[in-house]
Amino acid sequence: MSSIIYNLFDREVQPPYLSPQYKSTVLRAPSKPLVVLKQSLSELSGPLFGDFKLGALDHDLTKNSIKNGEPIGERIVVHGKVLNENGQPIPHTLIEIWQANSCGRYVHKVDQHNAPLDPNFLGAGRCMTDKDGNYKFYTIKPGAYPWGNHPNAWRPNHIHFSLFGANITNRLVTQMYFPGDPLLAHDPIFLSVPPKGRDLLVSQFDLNAAEPDFALAYRFDFVLRGHNATPFENK
Amino acid sequence: MSNKQTPSQTVGPYFAYGLTPEQYLYDFKQLVTNQMVNPINTDNIITITGKVFDGENQPISDAMVEIWQNDGEKQLFGRFGTGTDPENRFIFHTIKPNSVDSQAPHLSVILFMRGQLIHTYTRIYFSDEVVLNAKDTVLISVPEERKATLMAQQKSPGTYEFNIYMQGDKETVFFDI
Ligand SMILES: [Fe+2]
Repeated sequence: MSSIIYNLFDREVQPPYLSPQYKSTVLRAPSKPLVVLKQSLSELSGPLFGDFKLGALDHDLTKNSIKNGEPIGERIVVHGKVLNENGQPIPHTLIEIWQANSCGRYVHKVDQHNAPLDPNFLGAGRCMTDKDGNYKFYTIKPGAYPWGNHPNAWRPNHIHFSLFGANITNRLVTQMYFPGDPLLAHDPIFLSVPPKGRDLLVSQFDLNAAEPDFALAYRFDFVLRGHNATPFENK
Repeated sequence: MSNKQTPSQTVGPYFAYGLTPEQYLYDFKQLVTNQMVNPINTDNIITITGKVFDGENQPISDAMVEIWQNDGEKQLFGRFGTGTDPENRFIFHTIKPNSVDSQAPHLSVILFMRGQLIHTYTRIYFSDEVVLNAKDTVLISVPEERKATLMAQQKSPGTYEFNIYMQGDKETVFFDI
């Protein structure tokens, strides 16, 4: 029997539930303390997606929604590794991706931002890490967009991600930002992260991974929760 | 630890075309639905519905609910957004898990929404499992007056209701796991 216990959220780098500068947290953050739960089979397992069939173009957002031409905007490669806190790569794990188009507009029906939709860009995709935990996908660099949090509020350029990892304690939904974005210093969602964690959400410009005459590249590694020592108690 | 965890960020209001596209009628294949079992060849299907309420008791229309269940025999996973049902309910079709490791039958819930910077975890237990619930160590660890927040109420055979309250007197128990 394994005695492995997964780490909790690291409050040094994770945002709190309540962050009043981000106004929607006020009525949606739990107000009572969380109840500590001893991890059991339910928490130490999770969906694995090993047998899921991804579409041939799921990892290429520049091609997976073409209707009558190429999407408009700056093509980029986003790549990196999925690891855990122990430094172990997470192979064959699903990454789901969604984002705004190059003008800062989401296809979503709720998005009323007066910026053009791109008939050739949906902004959704997914990929799997390989056996060494590496992932890579192609997309269009997303634009900044306004939101209603406070007067003249704008979200920095970002890509949304959803990851599963080894079990449900590993579940991660996050956003990746771009280096040097002047909006980062003004974004309550980014700034909800304690100072020590903020750099972990900013991708690195990676000229070595750029594809000549095609696309620039950014590198972004995901670190999921790790676990105590060794999985086997009785050696 | 050699690496720091990647911080969480909110799922935001626009997750649907990436995470629940077919439910919201977008042209992108959906990998996970609210049919956790195949309705055609499965007996004893149960349906669980509920709403997610904010601190002013308004139903939240842009939450995403995931359910994981593992009773050692069957591993099932479902996902549903609260934005398509006219009453902003989530709806799942699954089977009741068996008791495992002397825990009462339960489902694990992972909850995401705009305004939540990190997801929350809770559990769904079943109101008709009185004997097993009384012996469940997780339920025992929950303050008596809050236990009811973890119980799906049986409305009719095979139909359960489970509402989630983010705040207030009826605030659902969320777990640190
Ligand atoms: Fe966004």
